[in-house]
Amino acid sequence: MAKFQLKVNGKPLQVEADPSTPLLWVLRDHLHLVGTKFGCGVGACGACTVHLNGRAMRSCQLPVSAVGAQAVTTIEGIVSTEKEMHPVQKAWLELDVAQCGYCQTGQIMSAVALLKSNPNPTEAEIESAMTGNICRCGTYLRIKAAIQQAAKSSKK
Amino acid sequence: MKNANNNQSRRSFLKVTSLTGGGMMIGFSWFANLIPNEAIAAATDKMDWVELTGFIKITPDNQVKIFNPNPEFGTNVMTSLPMMVNEELEADWSKVIVEMGDYDTPRFKSQFTGGSRAMAMAWKPLRTAGATARLLLMQAAANEWGVPMSELTVSKGVVMHKASNKSANYGALATAAAKLPKPEKVELKKNAEFTLLGTPQKNKVGKEIVGGESLFTLDYTMEGMLIAMVIHPPAFGMQLKSFDAAEAMKMPGIKAIFDFQVYKDGYAKAGFDTRAFNKLIAVVGNSTWEVMNARKKVAAQWEPIQDTKEMVMARGGKREEIIPAGLESTETHLRLMHEMQKKPTRVARKDGDPETAFKNATKILERTYTAPFLAHNPMEPISCVAHITDEKAFFVAPIQIPEMMKQNIVSNLDIKPEHIEMKLARMGGGFGRRAYGHYIVEAGHISKKVKAPVKLIYTREDDLTNGIYRPTYIMTYKAAIDKDNNVTAIHVIGGGIPESPLHENRFPAGVFDNYLAESWDMPSNITIGAYRAPRSNFNASAEQSFLDELAETVGKDPLDFRIEMLKKAKANPVGKFNDYDASRFIAVLELLKEKSNWGSPATKNAKRGVSAYFCHASYAAHVVDITMKNGQPYVEKVVTAMDCGFVVNPEGAKNMVEGAVVDGIGNALYGELILDKGATVQKNLNSYRIIRHREAPKKIDVHFVQNNIDPTGLGEPPFPPVFAAVANALYRATGKRLYDQPYIKQLNKA
Repeated sequence: MAKFQLKVNGKPLQVEADPSTPLLWVLRDHLHLVGTKFGCGVGACGACTVHLNGRAMRSCQLPVSAVGAQAVTTIEGIVSTEKEMHPVQKAWLELDVAQCGYCQTGQIMSAVALLKSNPNPTEAEIESAMTGNICRCGTYLRIKAAIQQAAKSSKK
Repeated sequence: MKNANNNQSRRSFLKVTSLTGGGMMIGFSWFANLIPNEAIAAATDKMDWVELTGFIKITPDNQVKIFNPNPEFGTNVMTSLPMMVNEELEADWSKVIVEMGDYDTPRFKSQFTGGSRAMAMAWKPLRTAGATARLLLMQAAANEWGVPMSELTVSKGVVMHKASNKSANYGALATAAAKLPKPEKVELKKNAEFTLLGTPQKNKVGKEIVGGESLFTLDYTMEGMLIAMVIHPPAFGMQLKSFDAAEAMKMPGIKAIFDFQVYKDGYAKAGFDTRAFNKLIAVVGNSTWEVMNARKKVAAQWEPIQDTKEMVMARGGKREEIIPAGLESTETHLRLMHEMQKKPTRVARKDGDPETAFKNATKILERTYTAPFLAHNPMEPISCVAHITDEKAFFVAPIQIPEMMKQNIVSNLDIKPEHIEMKLARMGGGFGRRAYGHYIVEAGHISKKVKAPVKLIYTREDDLTNGIYRPTYIMTYKAAIDKDNNVTAIHVIGGGIPESPLHENRFPAGVFDNYLAESWDMPSNITIGAYRAPRSNFNASAEQSFLDELAETVGKDPLDFRIEMLKKAKANPVGKFNDYDASRFIAVLELLKEKSNWGSPATKNAKRGVSAYFCHASYAAHVVDITMKNGQPYVEKVVTAMDCGFVVNPEGAKNMVEGAVVDGIGNALYGELILDKGATVQKNLNSYRIIRHREAPKKIDVHFVQNNIDPTGLGEPPFPPVFAAVANALYRATGKRLYDQPYIKQLNKA
C-alpha cells in the first residue's frame, strides 16, 4: 500500500492503494466515480476510457503509480458545472444513441478527446479514433452521427 | 367499445390506493401482463392483492411517476412501456418520471414466464391502468365541481371544465381520486386517436446514461460491502480436486477464501438454472484489485469429471440428465456433426412423398451449413450484490427473468421466499446471457459464508470461459428439381451440440407438397442457453442462404422467388400448421423490394444480398450491400423492412433494428468461440471478435409496415435474417458461396 496524490476532475485527491492498482479500480472502488466502466481489463473494449492530460486513455491499463501529477478527467468531470452538459453528451441525447448504455460513457470520453484534437474529423477519422470502443448493442451509426453533430454544433 | 377490456380481467390486475401524505397510486400486476389475456382472469383471481408490480404514483405536488415493471437491458422498455401507460393517463410526458420497479418478495409468489413478449403482453393491461387512473382523476374533478364527467377534457395532466373555466392538475385531484370506486367501464383509445404512441420518443433514462450515473449492478455499493470473485475449472469436463489458499490469504485486503457448492446434490434444475460448474472457489476481500491479485495465488488442483447425473425439472416433471465426461473440442464437434447428418434421425415433419420426389428429380441441390458456439459478451460483465442475514435476503441483480430464480434461491440458499428482496438494476446488455441467474445463488452463498454484503464480480475472462453459450449447429438443405426447373421437394436435417436448431414448421414448410424435416442433438458438457433469437439465428442463416442458391439454380430472382413461394403457401398451404402468416411475410418483402430499389444496381458498385425471416411474432427482411476492399468486406448499406405490428416508439424501434443489424453482421463475419480440450480458445475481447466501429455498415435504412395489428417483439426478429443477407451479398461480391460461419474465415481460406 502506498499513498498517491491525484488530480481528478480538477480536484486534488489522496488515495491509498497498491501501486499496481489500475486507475480504473482506484476511480471505481476508492473514489466511487462509477461512470468509468469495467469491460475487459485488457484495454480491448474502451469502456474504461478516461482523459489523462486531455488525451483518451484506457484506465484499466494504467497503474495508479504511473499517474503522478497528470490531470485525470472522468465522465463525471467533462463539464465545469453540474447543470450544463457537454456538447457531445447533448448530441448523444439528441440522437438517442444509447441502448443498454453501459459502454456509452467510454464512447463519449473517446469522442470528446477526438474532437479536442481534431474538431472537424472525417468519417474515416471518426471510425479510426473510435474503433477501440466496443458497443455490443451496435449503436455505432448513431455514435458516429452524434460526433458529427457535436462537431457541427461547436463550430457555430 | 371494441377495445374495452372485460370487467373481470380489469378488476383483477388493478388496485387503487391512497398514498400516505396524500395522492394516489394505481398498482397493476405485471404477471397478469405476461400471460395470454384470456387466461388473466382465471389466474389473477387466485392472487393476493399485494402482488402488484407496476405503479402509477401521483403525489399532491403534481409529480407523476411511472414505475416500469420489466427489467431493462437495452430494449428501451423504460420508455416504451411507460408510453403505453401515459397514452391513456394523459399526464405531461415531458415531466413524467420513470423509475425501475423493484422485484420484491410478493412477486415471487407468481411463476409466470415472460420471454420476449413484453410489448404484446403489456399492450392492453398497461393502457388500461393508465385509463383507469385518468377516469378516477376526472371523476374527482366532476364531483368537486358538481359537473358531469362528459363535460370534462384532459390535457397534459390538467383536467378542465370549459363552461365554468375551472381546471385542476392531477396532483390536486389525486387524493380525492384515490378514494373513489374503480370505474365500471374503461374504454381504450383507438390507434388513430393516439398522440404519444407511434411518435418518436427519446430514452427516458438518456441523461443518466450519458452522465455516467450509478445505474448498473457493478456500480452498486453498500456499507461494509466486500468484493468477491470465483475461481472455476480451467475447462469444461474438469472439476475441483483440492486447493491451497495459504499464500493467497496472506495477500493484502483478503478476508476469506473457501470452496462452495452452487446447487445442492439432487437439486432439479429448471430451464434457467443452467450453470457451468457446481463447485467453485470464492475469494473475498476489500477491493477488486486486491481480490484479482490474490486469486492468482490460489493453487488449485483439477481433475476430469466422470459421466455425471443431474436432475432436471422439465415439462412433464423431473428427469435425469447425463453430463458426459470428456474434454471437447471444436474440431471433434465438427466431425461428429457431419457424421450425424448422414445417420437416421428423428422425423419432425413430413408432408407428401419426398422420397419419390427425390427419386424422380432431374437435379438435386444439397448444401450443408455450420455455425460455431457464440458467447453473449454483454458489455457489463456478470455481477450480483447479495446480503443475506437471518431476517432478509437482499439482492441487487441484473436478471432478465427474475421470477424464474425463486425456486433456485429458496432451495439452494435455504432462504424463506418471503425474505427475498431484489432490486433490479439496469443491465449492461443481456442477449439471453442474463436469463441464467446462477450468479445470484453464487453471490448468496458467499454473503452467507462471510456474513457481510458482497458484490460478486466476474471478469470478462470468467464469463467467456465459464459461460453459457449459443450452441454449435449444422443444417443440410436438399431440394429436388424437375426437368422444368420446378422445385418438387425440400428435405432439411438440422442438428447441434447439444441442441437442434430446427424449426420444422417455419417457411419454406407449407410451400412444397413434399417436405421432410429431421432433427437430432448430441449431449455435451458445454453449457448452452438462449442467445438473441435462439435457434432462429442459425436456422435463418442456413435456410435463407439455401433459398438464394436454389433461386439461382432454377434461374429466378432471389427476392421474387421468395414472394412466389409465399404466394403459393398463401393460396394453397401444405400441412396442418405453418408457423408464419404468408400475407404479412409477402407485404414485408414487397416493402423491401420497393425501399431498396431492388433490381437497380447498388451504390458504390456494391453487390447485394437479400434475406427474410419470421420469428418471435414479427417479420424482418434485409437487403445488404457489400463492397470488397483488399479482400475484406465492407457493408455500405442495409435496407430493412419489418412488420412488428403497431410501432410503439419509432425512435427506439429504429435503434433496436439498427443494433440487431450490426450485431448480425458482426456475428456472421467474425463471431466464433472455439473449444480446445474443453477450454475456450478465446478468453477476452482481444481474441473474441465483436464488430467494431469501422466494420459497422455505413448506412442502415429501416422501414416498418404500417398497420394497426397489436405490437409484437423487436429485440430478436431483425437479427436472424442478417446472416444470410451478408452471405448472399458476399457471394455476389466474390463469387464464393459461404456455408460455414464465421464467414470471414471461410472467405479468407482460399
